[in-house]
Amino acid sequence: MPRARRRVNGIDVFMWGLRVIVAAIALIGVVATLFTGRYSLSQWFDFAMFGLTLGSVYALIALGYTMVYGVLRMINFAHGDITMTGAFAGYFMASSMARNGYFESHPGFAMLAVFAVAMLACITIALLTERYAYRPFRHSLGQAPLICAIGVSFVLQQTVRGMFGSGVKSYPTLSWHDVVLEFGGVRVPVVNLFVMGCAIVAMVGLYWIVHRTRMGMAMRAVSEDKNAASLMGVDVDRVIVFAFTLGGAMAGVASVCYALIYQQVHFFMGFAPGIKAFGAAVLGGIGSIPGAMIGGMFLGLIEAMGPALFLDGLGIPAPYQLRDVIGFLVLLMVLIFRPQGLFGEAMAKRRA
Amino acid sequence: MLLEVEGMTLAYGNITAVRGVSIAIPEGSLVALVGANGAGKSSTLNAISGLLPISGGAIRFEGQSIGRLKPHEITRRGIVQVPEGRRIFGRLSVEENLLMGAFSRKDHAAIAEDRDRMFELFPRLKERRRQVAGTLSGGEQQMVATARGLMARPRVLLMDEPSMGLAPLVVEQVFETIQSINAAGTTVLLVEQNALMALEIADHAYVMEHGEIVLDGAGPALARDERVIAIYLG
Repeated sequence: MPRARRRVNGIDVFMWGLRVIVAAIALIGVVATLFTGRYSLSQWFDFAMFGLTLGSVYALIALGYTMVYGVLRMINFAHGDITMTGAFAGYFMASSMARNGYFESHPGFAMLAVFAVAMLACITIALLTERYAYRPFRHSLGQAPLICAIGVSFVLQQTVRGMFGSGVKSYPTLSWHDVVLEFGGVRVPVVNLFVMGCAIVAMVGLYWIVHRTRMGMAMRAVSEDKNAASLMGVDVDRVIVFAFTLGGAMAGVASVCYALIYQQVHFFMGFAPGIKAFGAAVLGGIGSIPGAMIGGMFLGLIEAMGPALFLDGLGIPAPYQLRDVIGFLVLLMVLIFRPQGLFGEAMAKRRA
Repeated sequence: MLLEVEGMTLAYGNITAVRGVSIAIPEGSLVALVGANGAGKSSTLNAISGLLPISGGAIRFEGQSIGRLKPHEITRRGIVQVPEGRRIFGRLSVEENLLMGAFSRKDHAAIAEDRDRMFELFPRLKERRRQVAGTLSGGEQQMVATARGLMARPRVLLMDEPSMGLAPLVVEQVFETIQSINAAGTTVLLVEQNALMALEIADHAYVMEHGEIVLDGAGPALARDERVIAIYLG
């Protein structure tokens, strides 16, 4: 069959114009910023460091979106709030251990306990959500599951608000929290290294589970073709539970890391990182696990460096207030120009 | 009877796709189910595999009703389908595809043996064991699909259109493979549009039309039956 020739229409022209304008603004901003020389090299390094730290948290949350999408073809919009419940669980564990001095006497063990409690909370909430909110909608058509996910998000937020109040709770400060290491002129806060280290360990662990275990292989098979996998003897329900468990575990690690960076917990804290991590998952190509990791890092970097890099040189006052704008603009641009994501394998082709 | 479909009816909403179909598959036999596109052959297979709910009749395996079981439970009992269009896992490696076939088994040593046996049966796959299966040719993908089905050590192998989309020479190889699988003791239910070839190798065959069985008999005899010839050539 001869390929129909694509005609150039007004929308194409508009899209191309938009691309050129955005690229031009970014380019002019970068050149202007670099010419003014307002930031020293070590400041850029600080930005990048913070970006990677934040990015590794986004990456962990994004993994939860991408894995659930892989097996269910559904966006779990409550995932950000599931992360929030982990942060609260971790907070209660941490503050009770800080009160009785256990945190200072056994910092390593205490930190492990905080992670364990947060992961357990996230996994529990994720599994309850799957069983009672998503599974009944599994075979319904249209947008019902998506709307249900948004409903779960509100339920989680308001439940936590009702139980623990709407105030900001500050995370107990750890003695090592503000330590800054110096390597030949560059200063690296220990907490950044710690967060990145935890994220890397979690992601390596996840990669190993997904690529080297039976259930991981079954999960990849289900995300390609549910029916074919069930013909191999795979219990698809169990694989879905498995994907929610892994996603919950990653969210648990992410929640503690996020609370360590910002030193506080709040019932609404899951919303913004949730949306951004969803953006990161789309950025990397939703359904792709390495895509979520790289998308998260990339978004974190853009968010941390973007204001200074793109906006400062344009003379925009208070560019840091526009951090989120840049993050979401990148997401929008990806959705418009490359909906399959940066590393998007084209979505599995439908087989008749 | 090893596997028995009795008076089975399948309905999608108000449309009845399959009506009162009965098929008997003795142990060790090669049974063919032929018919034109849309006759209800694949629906019948999918109902046996548990992918489609049956709305009437019964499916029995070794005398036990399996009509209400889930697909993975049916596979675990040894009824394994090689689905139409191959449906291999394109992003998994060839070897992982074979291991997926053995997913319902726990005997790791025997699984490794069976994998090596598949690589002997299909040397092409051994060369490409680490390759992502989606990059293989159509014929090679059919090898993966067949080998994957055999990895389950099926009691009954259900094959849906294994010749679809393949070059004539490759089709012959596929049919030879099916015969040797059957000769080695596996019961086979073969669904084919390529009717005459399927009938030639079948012990017993059923002809489906508009969701009903219209004819049945010994395979080679049906291949020369003028009513079958009329359906396929007339």
